[in-house]
Amino acid sequence: MEEFALKIRHLTKRYKDFALNDVSLELPAGSIMGLIGENGAGKSTLIKSVIGAVKPDAGEIEVLGCDNRSAGFTLKKEEIGVVLDEACFPAALTVRQVNRVMRDLFKNWEEKTFLDYAERFALPQNKAFQEFSRGMKMKLAIAAALSHRARLLILDEATSGLDPIVRDEVLDVFNEFTREESHSILISSHIVSDLEKICDYIAFLHKGELLFCEEKDLLLERYGLITLRRDAFEALDKRAVLSAHDTGYGVQALVRRELLPAGMKAERAAIESIIVAMAKEGKK
Amino acid sequence: MDIIISNTGDQPIYEQIYTQIRDQILSDKLSEGEPLPSIRGLAKDLRISVITTKRAYEELEREGFICTMAGKGSFVAPKNTELIREANLKKIEAHMQEIYELAAGCGMEKKELLEMFALMGEE
Repeated sequence: MEEFALKIRHLTKRYKDFALNDVSLELPAGSIMGLIGENGAGKSTLIKSVIGAVKPDAGEIEVLGCDNRSAGFTLKKEEIGVVLDEACFPAALTVRQVNRVMRDLFKNWEEKTFLDYAERFALPQNKAFQEFSRGMKMKLAIAAALSHRARLLILDEATSGLDPIVRDEVLDVFNEFTREESHSILISSHIVSDLEKICDYIAFLHKGELLFCEEKDLLLERYGLITLRRDAFEALDKRAVLSAHDTGYGVQALVRRELLPAGMKAERAAIESIIVAMAKEGKK
Repeated sequence: MDIIISNTGDQPIYEQIYTQIRDQILSDKLSEGEPLPSIRGLAKDLRISVITTKRAYEELEREGFICTMAGKGSFVAPKNTELIREANLKKIEAHMQEIYELAAGCGMEKKELLEMFALMGEE
């Protein structure tokens, strides 16, 4: 097993009005990385570059130990389960017909796994794909991605547009998938709370730049929320403050815990508020 | 084994796991040689990060509470009385610090505290 499920080095892709600029990151095998960023931050460009659907202007990408420009990558794709934000199957097919098509497409297709997921996700047996709701379509795509013995799942906005109950169900499935040590996930979403629930690492893209790629729990340990009186706030080391909001009755601030006075305790901040503060600051 | 993870508090998650497993070993709820859940299994069951769980286990191993055998998993290490004494001393110190801060907060003097303590166990 490779040490890293995914290695991206100096990935650059320029479009007329947008550029993904010199992005490097590594996803250790067996872990889940969440790719966060506002719409247009470059998440989809990054993911499409990884699966080879977009040709980068510069940089190298290694997926499951294989350079994604090499001839061997076509075979590697068997081991990569991909779900993009629009699930695409032929409109007229039912679940069982999709199964038959996929059986011919993937060498390692596991019929039983697929039909079990279809049942677990309560997908209708006799409806054609075109009559599926968005939630059902995504669930079908996820079931398919999980049914050809993939070791790496790549999910682009796979949970957005799903209702909270379905999202939770799907996150459960992802959590289960990574019980296997060689299984890894790269998942992008702008729903930060979803990623906060399941990810080991958080990578944050902002306007085409990778602002950071960090262990989630370290982020939560490093930053915290405090609410205090204005005079107490003024006395704080300014370097400790990431963002602050004066409520008129006091100040609520996102702070670096290590720079707080000894004994001052901060509450846990949501990853979302850390990200928003950093995006506003534009730097770490 | 009970492990209760709080997501609201100030204590980092790895520390919560570390303390709770350590305390259950110290109080004999987990006995020598007992197998611990695998790092990955525990992380997935608790829905927390694998890295964080690994960090807690590494800390437990470094402190001599558990030992890990490649391919077999982690087990409660043989009891080391010196280690237990040391761990309990640390806990006592932490509690005392808390008492000291509480007392200072309401203007109690050390003498009063000592008197209170002297009375303990005499009833």
